[in-house]
Amino acid sequence: MSAISLEQVTVRVPTHDGDLLVLHETSLSLTEQRIALVGPNGSGKSTLARLVNGLVTPSTGRVLVDDLDVRRSGREVRRRVGFMFTDPAAQLVMPTAREDVALSLRRTHPDKADRMAAADKVLADFGLDGFGDRSVHGLSGGERQLLALAGVLATEPSVLVADEPTTLLDLGNSRRIGDLLLSLPQQLVLVTHDLDLAARCDRALLVRHGRVEQDGAADDVVSHYRATA
Amino acid sequence: MSAELLGIYRPGDTFLHRRRAGTKLLGLMVASIVVVVVHGPVSAVVFVAVALGLLAWSGARLDVTLRAMRGLLVMAVLLGAWTVWQSGWPRSVEVVGDLVALLLLATTLTVTTPVDEVMDAVVHGLRPLRPLGVDPEQVGLAFSLMLRAIPSTLTLAGEARDAALARGLERSPRARLVPLVIRVVARARETGDALHARGVGDQH
Repeated sequence: MSAISLEQVTVRVPTHDGDLLVLHETSLSLTEQRIALVGPNGSGKSTLARLVNGLVTPSTGRVLVDDLDVRRSGREVRRRVGFMFTDPAAQLVMPTAREDVALSLRRTHPDKADRMAAADKVLADFGLDGFGDRSVHGLSGGERQLLALAGVLATEPSVLVADEPTTLLDLGNSRRIGDLLLSLPQQLVLVTHDLDLAARCDRALLVRHGRVEQDGAADDVVSHYRATA
Repeated sequence: MSAELLGIYRPGDTFLHRRRAGTKLLGLMVASIVVVVVHGPVSAVVFVAVALGLLAWSGARLDVTLRAMRGLLVMAVLLGAWTVWQSGWPRSVEVVGDLVALLLLATTLTVTTPVDEVMDAVVHGLRPLRPLGVDPEQVGLAFSLMLRAIPSTLTLAGEARDAALARGLERSPRARLVPLVIRVVARARETGDALHARGVGDQH
């Protein structure tokens, strides 16, 4: 299990009216297998999640993954931390499913034949056999999100950060992707509005107005959020 | 949706499929130079005919491909109308013909070559320039992203047009262009974030 820690981290973003503090000073240690981040829109939970693999850099403080400073050792950290976006259309950058997974494998599989075989195996592992030559644009929402997940996990990260991965999906696909995420061996940091899914995690953090308002057992935090939303 | 078919590889076993990606890229470069250097409306029409022939030879369905290129062809027609007004018919036929021929040739390349192979060919071809500071992996990646950006931008343009129509603003260029530009920039940022998150470009 990886150890993620935030030490006195703040995040400010520049605006026309001066800097906006989107994350107040936060110190956390995340060591559980499945951690949910819940809270209203614009509360800072995605910012918090993005800190973990360097998509957002702290204005003050530091973020460590397995004792590696995300700012100083970004490359090593990104190899350990996969990131799944809300909209898979933004994440799928190659025309076909096989090519997109193969893009993730370029570093670990320099030989093209090996890479394509490995990409086909990853697709098969995610129930996407026969999708290799399909255009990523021709896939359904659930298939696209599944492919995005396959592309991220192809590199075998030890942590997966998923930023509202089920928001754009219908009920069936939302359950399917949710179940899959919770069954992964990787440590999971899950930003979600699906409170049933969040309640199944080992720990949850309620983020509101740029602060971690509550942190504890997922059931308790989700109940508190339901009562105070 | 149809615009997204542009740049999609179609598996096959034609003569063009069997050629190496580097050979085809080089051929496209040479053909592009010839198309630009040789002037005149007749040569432009010949280039279009040859490019159409190559595309048909590649096994691509011409009707589907031309439908996918509809947005680009509309722009070519608008450019043609402008050129007729500015420089007359012969010049217009040459400009539009050359442009369409190059589009068709580039489409032939993408239809017969997986993007991964194009990327490998670019990386291989640029490797000797590494001592000069050129990063072949990054250029190869940029090349493949460019191939993806064309159909993606056409799709966003279609969505911006539909949104303008839905609001009764079909005659407003601003209602079409402003959201398009904003969304293209936003999509580029998202793509950058996604590549960053996947560690693509961190390879070495």
